[in-house]
Amino acid sequence: MHPLIEWTVAALIVIAAFFLLVGAIGLARLPDFFMRLHAPTKASTLGVGGVLIASMLMAFSQGRPGIAELLITLFVFVTAPVSANLMAQAALHLRLASRAPVPEDAVPERRPG
Amino acid sequence: MTVLDIALNIGVAAVTVAVVLCAWRLLRGPEMTDRLLALDTLYMNAVALIVLLGIRWNTALLFEAALLVAMLGFASTVALARYLSRGDVVE
Repeated sequence: MHPLIEWTVAALIVIAAFFLLVGAIGLARLPDFFMRLHAPTKASTLGVGGVLIASMLMAFSQGRPGIAELLITLFVFVTAPVSANLMAQAALHLRLASRAPVPEDAVPERRPG
Repeated sequence: MTVLDIALNIGVAAVTVAVVLCAWRLLRGPEMTDRLLALDTLYMNAVALIVLLGIRWNTALLFEAALLVAMLGFASTVALARYLSRGDVVE
């Protein structure tokens, strides 16, 4: 394999691993559900996307068409926001408390609690 | 040991730590939606792990498995979220 492709694939894998780890740490450490929803739905999408782009580069360098990788990438990128939106709807329906501060110019009737 | 092997080791180690953190949130999670989010992230990490192993073993056979895991993860997440928000999966 060409060393340039090998270094690029290695760098993509390390970056993707960093983002997957950041998403999981955010899921474990953040204080309320809406903040926890924020971390893995962005970071894990980027992490899975990086791993899949690295795999696609490997496939191209070996002369295979990376159709399956492309399909997985498209599927993950389309479905991740949909599932995050549905989870946020479920949390709103269950009336979970948010610990985010109320903005200064909020209308008083809309203030929670 | 080439650069790619070192990067694959780092990647598998990071995904393993991420899976452990997600499992902790799945077992602990104060609300049902926390467990649901941890399950969705576990599916994402499983897809990443399968693709990493596919790169390491240099086989194209594992990508269909990764696609199936991604589809099952999306379907189960949607079904559980609908169940939590509507009380029913199919209306």
